[in-house]
Amino acid sequence: MKVYADNAATTMMSKTAKDAMMPYFDVIYGNPSSLYSFGQEAKTALEEARAKVARALNADPKEIYFTSGGSEADNQAIQSAAAIGARKGKKHIISTKFEHHAVLHTLNKLEKHGYEVTLLDVHESGVITADEVADAIREDTCLVTVMFANNEIGTIQPIAEIGAVCREKGVLFHTDAVQAVAHIPVDVKAMNIDMLSLSGHKFHGPKGVGALYVKKGIALSNLIEGGAQERGKRAGTENVPAIAGMAAALEESVLHMEENMNKITAMREQLIKGLSKIPHSKLNGDRNMRVPGTVNFCFEGIEGESLLLLLDDAGIAASSGSACTSGSLDPSHVLLSIGLPHEVAHGSLRLSVCEYNTPEEMTHIIENVPKVVEYLRSMSPIWEDLQKGVKEYVIQ
Amino acid sequence: MLYSEKVMDHFRNPRNVGEIENADGVGEVGNAKCGDIMKVYLKIDNDIVSDVKFKTFGCGSAIAASSMATEMIMGKPISDVLTLTNKAVVEALDGLPAHKIHCSVLAEEAVKAAVKDYYDKNGIAYDPDKFCDGNCECCHEHDGEE
Repeated sequence: MKVYADNAATTMMSKTAKDAMMPYFDVIYGNPSSLYSFGQEAKTALEEARAKVARALNADPKEIYFTSGGSEADNQAIQSAAAIGARKGKKHIISTKFEHHAVLHTLNKLEKHGYEVTLLDVHESGVITADEVADAIREDTCLVTVMFANNEIGTIQPIAEIGAVCREKGVLFHTDAVQAVAHIPVDVKAMNIDMLSLSGHKFHGPKGVGALYVKKGIALSNLIEGGAQERGKRAGTENVPAIAGMAAALEESVLHMEENMNKITAMREQLIKGLSKIPHSKLNGDRNMRVPGTVNFCFEGIEGESLLLLLDDAGIAASSGSACTSGSLDPSHVLLSIGLPHEVAHGSLRLSVCEYNTPEEMTHIIENVPKVVEYLRSMSPIWEDLQKGVKEYVIQ
Repeated sequence: MLYSEKVMDHFRNPRNVGEIENADGVGEVGNAKCGDIMKVYLKIDNDIVSDVKFKTFGCGSAIAASSMATEMIMGKPISDVLTLTNKAVVEALDGLPAHKIHCSVLAEEAVKAAVKDYYDKNGIAYDPDKFCDGNCECCHEHDGEE
């Protein structure tokens, strides 16, 4: 059995998305900026896609800017808010310790340019509170950027409450909603979101395309200069097939959201129940404030990469936050931010499921993960020390 | 593929996994913080490695490198163990990705640490500079950039 359980990394493209893309490769292939009908038909497709994305977020189509993906949207949102802030002499930004690198690295860059960044602690639960945001806001705060749902552990932040705090204090609020859009309800108006990033391939759309929602009246700065595409805010001929595919996927996901959430949550619960039986294992992040499909566990005494390789042999595709998979000496900053010691964070496993997965696949995972964990523990000198009482268990 | 077939073979079917009770020398290198620990047990008869076992906490290449290193020293005189290099382990594995080279260094250090323990237990004199000082950062510096 082959089980793809890494949907937080990327998803299979849906038939709906694929079908929506096809005409724009070789039938309606004109440049949307061209006057003749080839171009104008592509332009129509582009604007229909924009309307679909807007509807999914409860935004106005004029508030949607297409980008190359979530990272570009994050970069542009943050840099734009920073530029607006600088014009008013406000150079303080609030975010969290466990944001995606597209946010954290943009913030690092701004710090080098004289901005001050406060990264809020995310606690063991991986959830911050609106009060913590309120307390961190200063006279010179120009932006609060807090991810909607965490990509590694799946915890959801109280976005509506944070949005209300920011609106009240007159501070711009951006959210990286790459892991939330199409999976859980998102309403930019009700949640007082000023800017929001999303990515097509996280919800069965194509890769290399995303969007940035920007509330009317907020001046965007360009990352890419050139032609007048995207209301002059993002130059470059639009990737019409990808945009059409993303919009179709999003529309479909939103239409089936409730049904999908129920189905996916049931599979997630099946995984949590099954994997919690492994001794000295721990579910990372808040038990309830989480997206339907993401589960992240730590298994004491083993290392994540070897776990992934053996699971791959068992037909299971998953991911880990160990150093070996991050390509550095340190395990993932997300796992460290929720207070896990290095040696425990190395033994993490993220499983992320979608509506195309089945309960039978969950059973396959639940049957195989304990075997692999037990095998790796049998050859682990740390496990030996833990068992002999030379070291104390971190996870009871 | 990230790893050679040889690496995957030694990872999937590691040779000499386990412990030796009353081992003549035991060496443990690496640390859990960095994500790799190797522990090597030696049985030594007349200066020959008559048995060797290992336990490793680490990634696929760490397990494969431990397995290969133990296979390379099994039945060999101690003098051969002391001349084992991480390069030889890497070659025997048909190569390792640049950022995994430290796993082979760890394997070399682990078998040597076990010899050092044997020397210590038996009061045999040696040059301490020839053995791992337990500082992982040194080895990780060999990793190269991603």
